[in-house]
Amino acid sequence: MNNVFVYCEIDKTTVEEVSFELLTKGRKLANELGVQLEAVVAGTGIKGQVEQQILPYGVDKLHVFDAEGLYPYTSKPHTSILVKLFEEEQPQICLMGATVIGRDLGPRVSSAHMSGLTADCTALEIGAYEDKRAGKVYENLLYQIRPAFGGNIVATIVNPEHRPQMATVRSGVMKAEILDPEYKGEVVYEHVPDYVDATDFVVKVLERHVEKAKNNLKGAPIVVAGGYGVGSKEGFDLLRKLAKELHGEVGASRAAVDAGFCEHDLQIGQTGVTVRPKVYIACGISGAIQHVAGMKESGIVISINTDPNAPINQLADYVITGSVEEVVPKMIKYYKANSK
Amino acid sequence: MSLKIVVLAKQVPDTRNVGPDAMTPEGTVNRSALPAIFNPEDLNALEQALRLKDQFPGSTITVVTMGLPKAADVLRDALYRGADDAVLLTDRALGGADTLATSYAISMAIRKIGIPDLIIGGRQAIDGDTAQVGPQVAQKLDLDQVTYVESIDEVCESCRKITVTRRIDGGVEKVQAPLPCMLTITGSAPACRPQNAKRVMKFKKAAAPAENREGAKITITQWGAADINADLAQCGLAGSPTKVKAVQNIVFKAKESKQLSGSDTDIEQLMVELLDSHTIG
Repeated sequence: MNNVFVYCEIDKTTVEEVSFELLTKGRKLANELGVQLEAVVAGTGIKGQVEQQILPYGVDKLHVFDAEGLYPYTSKPHTSILVKLFEEEQPQICLMGATVIGRDLGPRVSSAHMSGLTADCTALEIGAYEDKRAGKVYENLLYQIRPAFGGNIVATIVNPEHRPQMATVRSGVMKAEILDPEYKGEVVYEHVPDYVDATDFVVKVLERHVEKAKNNLKGAPIVVAGGYGVGSKEGFDLLRKLAKELHGEVGASRAAVDAGFCEHDLQIGQTGVTVRPKVYIACGISGAIQHVAGMKESGIVISINTDPNAPINQLADYVITGSVEEVVPKMIKYYKANSK
Repeated sequence: MSLKIVVLAKQVPDTRNVGPDAMTPEGTVNRSALPAIFNPEDLNALEQALRLKDQFPGSTITVVTMGLPKAADVLRDALYRGADDAVLLTDRALGGADTLATSYAISMAIRKIGIPDLIIGGRQAIDGDTAQVGPQVAQKLDLDQVTYVESIDEVCESCRKITVTRRIDGGVEKVQAPLPCMLTITGSAPACRPQNAKRVMKFKKAAAPAENREGAKITITQWGAADINADLAQCGLAGSPTKVKAVQNIVFKAKESKQLSGSDTDIEQLMVELLDSHTIG
C-alpha cells in the first residue's frame, strides 16, 4: 500500500528506455519516502521476457499482465488494468512516460480516479506544502516541476488530497541506472480477465509502421542546434555541414520547427528530445526555458547569436557574437584546416 | 448517413508573445494580458469535422468551449468556418479549473447536448501542452478514444466504425474504433479552411449573453454550472486536485563565458582550442 508505481512501456517484449529512466527516479523517490517501488507491465507474450529487464532497477514488486490484445497498446484495456490495480493497491505516486502512450493513458486513469496529473515534468522531488487558506500542512508530497506557459515560468505542482499523485516525464529527462543486476523483487502474474472486460478490446490496431529514429540526437556527443535565427531551410543545410564535419547531429528549437526550417523530430526541449552532448553548439537560438530544459546538461555550450544578450548566452562557455551564416562556414573552414 | 459531431475548442493566450505580466501573483494565468487565439490544433480538429460534414451532408457540428465570455470569439470563428452551432460554458464556479475539473464540466455539457457520434478536439492546447482534457472527457463519458489522429480515413455506416491514422512515436498506426468515440487531432493534420464570407456576414452579430454585445442578433448558447447540472465540488478551483505550489520566473545561472567575435582570428582560435582539448575531432 502507498507505494510508488511506474507504468512500463514495451515494444513487443522489450521495455522502453523511458521506463528505465522512470524506474530509476521511482526508486529514489521510494527510498526517500520509505516505501516500495512497484512496476506494472502489460502486453502479449511478455511472461518470461520482461522480468529481468525491469527488476534490476530496484523493483520490489512487478505486476505482469500478459494476454492477447494487450499489445499493441490501446486505451481502454490498459486504462482498466491501472484503474482496478490502483483501487486495490492505493499507490501514492504513479509515473509514466510522456510518450504517445503515457499521454493517452495517464489522463484516463487520472480522470477515473479523480486524481491530478501533471504532464511533461522536468524534475520530481519530495517536499512539504502548506495550504494557507485551509491552514493545513502536507508532508512528503510529490513536487511535480515543469516549465509552463511558453516556457516563461517553472511551476511546482502538488496534489495535496488526491492519490495517486500522477506525473508524466519525457524520454531522456531522467537518467536510467541499474541498481543491482541481482535485485530480488517479487513478480505477480495477474489474471487479466479480473481487470479487463472483453468489451474493452473494441478498438483495433489494423496496421503499424514504426521506424527507428532517423537521427541519433539523444546519444550524439556533439549537437549543432539551430533556432529561429538560422532564418531558413538553407541555413539548416549549413548546420548539417558543420554537424557532418564534427560527426555530430543537428537539432532545433521549437521556433525553428514551427517556422518550417527543419523536421519536427529534430526538436530539442521540453516538448521534444532531451540531449546531454559533450558539445552543444546553439546557432541563432535565444534560449527559451523550454528549449533549455532539453539541453541544460550539455557539457560545453557554444552560442552563436547576433544578440549579445540572448538568454542562452548565460549558459554558454563560449559566446560568439555574430550571424550564423557568417560564423558557421568559418567554423567548418578552420576545423578542416586544423584537424588531422 | 449523417453524423452528430461535437468539436472541443479552447481560446488560448498566444504563448509566443508572453510579457512579464503574464502570470498573476497566485500563479494562475493572467489571460487579459495576452493576445487570445483559437488553439491551433483545435482548428485542425474543426477541419476534420468539416470534412466529415462535406462527406456526409446533413451532419451537424456543435463547437463547445469553456472560458471567459470573450472565449465566444473562437465560437464565432468556428461558425464563420462552417460549424452549425456553438455552446459557451462560462461561470465563475468553473474558473481556475485544472484539466480534471475542466474535463468534468465539458463532459457534463456534452451529456446535456446528448452523446454525439464523434467528439473531436485538438491533441493539446499551446498554453499548457498537457494533452489531457480529451482523454479525460472520454473517460468520464466511458467512450473509446484515439489520440494523435492525423487523418480520418473511413467511416463505415453499417458497422458504426471509424478508421483513422494516428502519429505515434517514430511512426504511424491505422486504428479502427467504434462510434461513438473521442478523437484528438495533431497539428500535422490538414489546416482549417478559411472563414466563409457569407457566414461571416450571417454570424458576425452572434453573441453570447455574457458578452453584453450591443446589436447582437443571434444568441450563442451559454451555459453555467447549474445548466449542466454540475456538482460544484468537482468544478473550478475547488474541483481541481492539482495545486500550484510555486511559480518561478526563469533566471539562468550565469556561467563564466568567453566572449568572441565572428572574426576569422577568433573562430580559428576557438576551433584550435577545441581540437587541442579533444573536445571535438
